[in-house]
Amino acid sequence: MSQQHQPELLSGGAMLIRALRDEGVEFVYGYPGGAVLHIYDALFQQTEVKHVLVRHEQAATHMADAYARASGKAGVVLVTSGPGATNAVTGIATAYMDSIPMVVICGQVMSHLIGDDAFQETDMLGISRPIVKHNMSVRNPADIPALVKKAFYIAQSGRPGPVVLDIPKDMTMPNQKFPYEYPKDIKLRSYNPNAKGHPGQIKKALQTLLAAKKPVLYAGGGVILGQASAELTELAQRLNLPVTNTLMGLGAYPATDPQFIGMLGMHGTYEANQVMHNADVIFAVGARFDDRVTNATKKFCPNATIIHIDIDPASISKTIMAHVPIVGLVKPVLQEMLHQLEKHGNTLDQAALGQWWQQIGQWREVHGGRFEHRTDLLKPQAVIEAVWRHTKGDAYVTSDVGQHQMFAAQYYKFDKPNRWINSGGLGTMGFGLPAAMGVKLHYPEAEVVCVTGEGSIQMNIQELSTCKQYGLGVKIINLNNGYLGMVKQWQDMNYDSRYSSSYMDSLPDFVKLAEAYGHVGIRVTSPEELEPALEKAFALKDKLVFLDIHVDPKEHVYPMQVPGGAMNDMFLSKTERT
Amino acid sequence: MRHIIAVLLENESGALARVVGLFAQRGYNIDSLTVAATEDPTMSRLTLVTRGDDQVIEQITKQLHKLIEVVKLVDLSESAHIERELMMVKVKASGDQREEVKRCADIFRGQIIDVSPTTYTIQVVGTSDKLEAFIEAMCNTQILEVVRTGVSGISRGEKALSL
Repeated sequence: MSQQHQPELLSGGAMLIRALRDEGVEFVYGYPGGAVLHIYDALFQQTEVKHVLVRHEQAATHMADAYARASGKAGVVLVTSGPGATNAVTGIATAYMDSIPMVVICGQVMSHLIGDDAFQETDMLGISRPIVKHNMSVRNPADIPALVKKAFYIAQSGRPGPVVLDIPKDMTMPNQKFPYEYPKDIKLRSYNPNAKGHPGQIKKALQTLLAAKKPVLYAGGGVILGQASAELTELAQRLNLPVTNTLMGLGAYPATDPQFIGMLGMHGTYEANQVMHNADVIFAVGARFDDRVTNATKKFCPNATIIHIDIDPASISKTIMAHVPIVGLVKPVLQEMLHQLEKHGNTLDQAALGQWWQQIGQWREVHGGRFEHRTDLLKPQAVIEAVWRHTKGDAYVTSDVGQHQMFAAQYYKFDKPNRWINSGGLGTMGFGLPAAMGVKLHYPEAEVVCVTGEGSIQMNIQELSTCKQYGLGVKIINLNNGYLGMVKQWQDMNYDSRYSSSYMDSLPDFVKLAEAYGHVGIRVTSPEELEPALEKAFALKDKLVFLDIHVDPKEHVYPMQVPGGAMNDMFLSKTERT
Repeated sequence: MRHIIAVLLENESGALARVVGLFAQRGYNIDSLTVAATEDPTMSRLTLVTRGDDQVIEQITKQLHKLIEVVKLVDLSESAHIERELMMVKVKASGDQREEVKRCADIFRGQIIDVSPTTYTIQVVGTSDKLEAFIEAMCNTQILEVVRTGVSGISRGEKALSL
């Protein structure tokens, strides 16, 4: 054997970093500690994989997660054992609930200490098991390249999800070296994730869809994860189908297109929920009939035949029985459908479809996303609309969780996929700022806006320091109403306005706080201040601007489904109910 | 309905915990569970007895399948199969009782596998129903200890759960 074919000898720590490089990883988000010191030393000795030092491990996971949501590639987190790992748990669960590819590398105590309650020991494999797609531990340093490959393969294929790799400290010893070779391919006998969809089922689905008189296309996050927006849009436009997106699916179909009927579900539009309830065929694509969509499952869409495409068979007929199930990746299935349509040139019954659109037009008139416009009081909806205008509808928008999240989902019209970045499944407050940072780091030229509230932002406010260190010029839209708005809304509606712990006393001066971290803070307390403030904020290209916007504390999010009702049982305002 | 699900899974540490954890997380029942390596030492076979309506059983099999280490699985109850369970029962047996216990064990084709001056330990093999019937039949005897392996199952005929 010639000398140049000899693989290079590397330590476990160096192999890990080299494997990340060979996987194409540019950034790792993390926080050092005892169990990962060898790994951090290996990071220090190279320049290709860059490390981003956060201020709390939860933020590292959200940064990685948001990078994945924006780019489609797995984000990478590096944390130490014990508290480092447990601090990452919320972020791992967030990614798991929304099927986000992520690889989390956790340090662990030395192998011989495992089980001894050693310093900073915690059973991270046990803790993370219910919230990961898979987790693995390194038993032999020589296995590290193969395990890294396996971790990325599992995280990014099929229904994506987070993978935890637990690495005991003695697996990364600098003085123990092993031949390094990064595997090109991987095949697991127990895991075969890429299904194209059964041709017979695809045919049956098309027949069912073409026979519909009142069809609706209900598209979820799977379309975005499966990078199938173009196919979805083409199919919808070809057949002139009304399209509704889930919270996770916003941007999968362009929101400013006339065929878009808005988000559906708990805070969906009146027309989207009516269309679903009255449809005869529901074509569900990469959506999972979440309880925040269906309302009471027993009353769900009584007349609908349901076609359901999903890569995860367990998502099909889990809560709502699918009549025509298709297990497969959304993209090739939609491509096959388009191919069939092309070949046969089919259309739906145009007269019936025309009537259906007429009906939809009437439903659009009923609520139409209206809200009260005031000159003395800033409405949160108006703020989002203004942000949409100022960013020409083309920003990456991250959000936290609560009323502001719903207002952003309702009033920012997303025309592109991967632009709306929020914690839909887990509903993690504290997600927004680190998520915005993760996006901004990778897309420094893009406008990145974090829509948040004074409750959520304080859950990871320490990251303003990370923003300073890495020069992350995100724009923070803090819809400050002095209350935990969504909690308050429920207390208004169900608890006779007894505001049990939903009022936030002693809020910091956010403007001064932003300045203390070296950023720009602007306070907006009246409608006339909004436009100039936004203008100034977006003109400061490279600066982080914290806009503390005082909005109407009494505002509620509407429409809102009536709990326990059908999809179309809704409150339309404080006084109107369907 | 009672279902017997046979699972082939990678013989790796943590794989069993994943299966058991899944049942706990999603609120599924486990009546019994047995697991051991197969003729291929890299693979374990697990037999799990659970209960639920069709929709629950469908979710259970789908969720099990999603686990990365699960190679293959089959719901044995869907077709002809054989199930067996082994039980050892230690009973008080002195004086007249000794003959009575032995007779009963014989009827169930049980074997007395350990004897002391005051006790018998009987081994019974069969379906779970048969084992329960044996315990019932011993109701006049003082049972000191019962230990059961849980159900193992296999398909009848040429059908086989293998790679």
